[in-house]
Amino acid sequence: MFLSMNWLSDYVDFSGLDKLKLINQFSLSTAEVENEIFFKGSDIEGIVLAEIKEVAEHPESKKLHLLKVDMGSGELQDVVCGAPNVRVGMKTAFAPLGAKIGEITIAPRALAGYTSNGMCCSERELGISEDHEGIMDITEDYPLGTPIKEIYDIDDIIFEVDNKSLTNRPDLWGHYGIAREFAALIGRPLKPLDCVDLAAYDHLPKVDMKIEDPLCQRYSCLQVENITKTVSPMNMRIRLYYCGMRAINLLADLTNYLMLEMGQPMHAFDSRKVEKLRIKRFDKPHTFRTLDGVDRNCDENTLMICNGDTPVAIAGIMGGLDSEIVEDTTRLTLESATFDAVSIRKSTVRLGHRTDASMRYEKCLDPEMTVPAIARFVRLLTEIDGGVKVVSALTDEYAYQYPVRQLSFDKNFVDRYTGIEIANETIEKTLTALGFKVTVSGDNFDVTVPSHRATKDVTMKADIIEEITRIYGYDNFDVHTANAPLYPVRAAEEKTLEDKIKDLLVKRFSLHELHSYVWAYYDEYKELGIEVEENIKLVNATNPNIETIRRSIIPTQLCQIKTNVGYAPSFGVFEIGRVVNGLKEDGYCDERKKLCITLFDKTKSVEALYYELRDILAIMADDLRHTALTYKTAQATKSYQHPRNLNEIYMNGVLLGEMGICHPTVAKKIDKKAAIVFAEIDVSLFAEQENASIAYQEPSKYPEMEIDVTFISQKFAPIGEAIAKANCPWIKSVKVYDTYQDESGKSITIRILFSDNERTLTKDEVMAVVDQVIADLDAQGIPMKK
Amino acid sequence: MNNKVTQLREEFLAKLAAAQTAQETEEIRVEYLGKNGSITGLLKGMKDLSIEEKKDFGQKVNILKNEAAQKITEKLEEIKAKELEAEINAMPEFDISTPADLERGSYHPITLVQRQCEDVFKSMGFIVEDYSEIVTDYECFEALNIPKHHPARDMQDTYYLENGQLLKSHTSAAQNAIYRKYKDALINDGVPIKAIFPGRCFRNEATDACHENTFFQMEGVMVDKDISISNLIYFMKTMLSEVFQKDLSVRLRPGFFPFVEPGFELDISCLICGGEGCPSCKHSGWLELCPCGMIHPEVLKAGGIDPEEYTGFAFGLGLTRLAMMKYGVKDIRDLNSGSLKTMAQFTDDH
Repeated sequence: MFLSMNWLSDYVDFSGLDKLKLINQFSLSTAEVENEIFFKGSDIEGIVLAEIKEVAEHPESKKLHLLKVDMGSGELQDVVCGAPNVRVGMKTAFAPLGAKIGEITIAPRALAGYTSNGMCCSERELGISEDHEGIMDITEDYPLGTPIKEIYDIDDIIFEVDNKSLTNRPDLWGHYGIAREFAALIGRPLKPLDCVDLAAYDHLPKVDMKIEDPLCQRYSCLQVENITKTVSPMNMRIRLYYCGMRAINLLADLTNYLMLEMGQPMHAFDSRKVEKLRIKRFDKPHTFRTLDGVDRNCDENTLMICNGDTPVAIAGIMGGLDSEIVEDTTRLTLESATFDAVSIRKSTVRLGHRTDASMRYEKCLDPEMTVPAIARFVRLLTEIDGGVKVVSALTDEYAYQYPVRQLSFDKNFVDRYTGIEIANETIEKTLTALGFKVTVSGDNFDVTVPSHRATKDVTMKADIIEEITRIYGYDNFDVHTANAPLYPVRAAEEKTLEDKIKDLLVKRFSLHELHSYVWAYYDEYKELGIEVEENIKLVNATNPNIETIRRSIIPTQLCQIKTNVGYAPSFGVFEIGRVVNGLKEDGYCDERKKLCITLFDKTKSVEALYYELRDILAIMADDLRHTALTYKTAQATKSYQHPRNLNEIYMNGVLLGEMGICHPTVAKKIDKKAAIVFAEIDVSLFAEQENASIAYQEPSKYPEMEIDVTFISQKFAPIGEAIAKANCPWIKSVKVYDTYQDESGKSITIRILFSDNERTLTKDEVMAVVDQVIADLDAQGIPMKK
Repeated sequence: MNNKVTQLREEFLAKLAAAQTAQETEEIRVEYLGKNGSITGLLKGMKDLSIEEKKDFGQKVNILKNEAAQKITEKLEEIKAKELEAEINAMPEFDISTPADLERGSYHPITLVQRQCEDVFKSMGFIVEDYSEIVTDYECFEALNIPKHHPARDMQDTYYLENGQLLKSHTSAAQNAIYRKYKDALINDGVPIKAIFPGRCFRNEATDACHENTFFQMEGVMVDKDISISNLIYFMKTMLSEVFQKDLSVRLRPGFFPFVEPGFELDISCLICGGEGCPSCKHSGWLELCPCGMIHPEVLKAGGIDPEEYTGFAFGLGLTRLAMMKYGVKDIRDLNSGSLKTMAQFTDDH
């Protein structure tokens, strides 16, 4: 919203004050002012009132005229002018030699063989409207040579307030409310609005008007006739233009002017079209043509202004084309009303049509404003057009009044909340200036919230704090730390674990942390031949491609791998992110936090890469929980899982996740040759596992003995189990020393390390243990290789 | 006989001088000083000599023997020294000027910025909390004093799920849970609530270089008896100065957020010009950084905390924006792109 300092000065005296500083103060205390401030008229210099004394056709141009212009200096200026509306006796804005318009300084200029010593100006050239049809036709009575800036308020400072920062301040949607803030900020009085006394028309007949729907809170109207003027005064038009509105005609301009001044949207109907004003909703959806000529679909929730049963306006949003003021309108009905803010906002959204009026109504306007707005409107109208007659009594139905809010608090409350000392007098003065009624007794305050703040903005004591402190100025606050007692802070276990996982994967295994989205990407999955798993969906995704929430990060990561195929011949990525595992019994999403790792390698065998990932997980488990992982072969169920080598990962018997190889169909779409393996584990379940202490073993002082044995076996697991079953305290470690394939099948050579802390072991007693293991395995059909 | 000693000595010295390796030297030692060595053998030819002569001759042979042993030791040392020198000389000079291989893992820039912030807050006694990404309408709105008809609840801003839950549109959605988790310690034991909770947030909007539907925020709250606006300004200034490692000025402007009262927009002095005014702050000297405010009494109440007895402040930092500011990331979508060309650059910064 644009604001004019000239307009504001109608209501607050700024004399002797730096206006830019004030605007900055306003920004810090009330609402955000945009950076750019407009100094209107500052680029116009030396323009004066002049009269056209002679007009001659240019001999060689149909468009140009040769003028003699009198600017009161006694000497006529030769001017070549292209405007179509020039005529003898016309007074206009004239830029003589040396005058400045924008970057241009007026100098003698040859135009088609004639010299022009100056320029007659259009409104657009002076920056006071878009009108460039012709040069200004000035009717105001001033001596020739009077600087144009003395005739019109061309010089002004315009600043823009961010509408968003006014969301909660219905009182700030017009200059008068803004002026109240300035008055409070500088401690000067706010001048009253100049209004007529509407009681003078009480004897006239009332308008036939009735509110038939609770969504209308107040409806005030008045009829006037005998309007003869159609064009608004220049100064009014300038203000409207500077504030971003185009002048249309006197009535439209006046309603706009009132809206920009008081924040109250108003509407003028042709009285013939609103003989029976009814405010109501319709049972059925209907089409309604608004005054911009657009047919709009209004449903049964849209509040309408009607003439009997015929709609004439969408309440609070826009009037109808049929009830607009037209050429032969003699009597008009002026509407000033308030409606339910939520209803207006919803209708606006449904209609997809936001107007200056609806924007204001959405904010919960003060219903106490409707009548003063009419009184002010009549004052302005009669000032401009003396012949105007009010022909009805004020007709006003006040259906819903906001409760009057009384708040009580004491100085201690203010001190506690602010943390500084603010004097009682300052509190009282500030609140009074903002329109609050304040009663002070000692340190106790009783405050009545003014209607313009009571609709939703100020409802409780904490709101009063804001009023006091923002005017006091946050820059003036003495800042200090809190007196809160100190207690040890124990880090949240899961968060700490996450950090450690990230460090381990990045620092030790050189993996890259990536982020992704929580939903499945249909397109990208499809490209890789990955099916989107059925899961809970978004109901309002604007992009249908992202409708379903993912159940696993693995497909996401496979898509990311595809993106990065050209990055390096081998790399690994990981993410700690969320998935949803369907719904829980209570109907809420079963959201899980997962760690997903994917390795990509064009240089290694898939087997080597598979073991690499296995080792990453094992080291992670051992580092962070000092516990081993175990695996169980799983059945592939997802399109991206290779049916072989898919394993469930367990710790302490708890299923943490899975590890596997990318399905060849998917893998080939990523890269024809690369090996791709993945693992996903549940971070919360991992964090829940007890962190076992490090199993410290005192090194033996006696010689150790290493025994190598080779078995013909497909897997290590039975060998490991047989060794464990031997339950021999001397066995300190078991390692796979070698594996190889020959005619007798796959062989695994293990190296068992024996030692005892008390003595040197003998070969015989060690071999007895080994023989037991060999016998055990042999019984299972796993022979020792000789 | 004496000639023999002299002759043998000369012969030995000549041979030793010619030896090149430890092996040759050892062979010479065996040849002269071994059990059947020539010098040892001299003593065998002594039996025909008189006792006097024996004594004299024996003495000479012993001198030679000692001398030979001595020479061999010296020779071996000399050879060892030569070999060491050769080994040293054999080491080629490496080209340290070749570019180092910097291939290593990387953190997501959000992780880096988040950790930097967490460290600052942890150092001031704040606990770091985490929260779910899918929340209820109550957590995201109702408990934060965002009434049913508030524009923030419009369908177009928030991603709703089929079961009525939603993807959290701000980290404030965790406030209620944090209050409930720590209120007993606050009320019973007087332990102030000081927590930050970073997290992923979602907005249902079209994406471009400046807009993302998935981004990170970090919320912080402090609740105790008598927490004041003055404390809020102090903490924000101190913590943000630490985060940016600069002595910042902060200023508050009124800002409306339903879950705080009073609510503020907090500006910091421009990081580039320090407040003088430059293009990056649009010549204002200030950067709008984060919303904050005194926690709304209704929000405290919803969290089971009596607003008559306790007050608190809350703030929300845009972690994504901080990361973009810090690293000069121009397109917000890069952060979720998963592109290693972009992401692998963030090796560590902590």
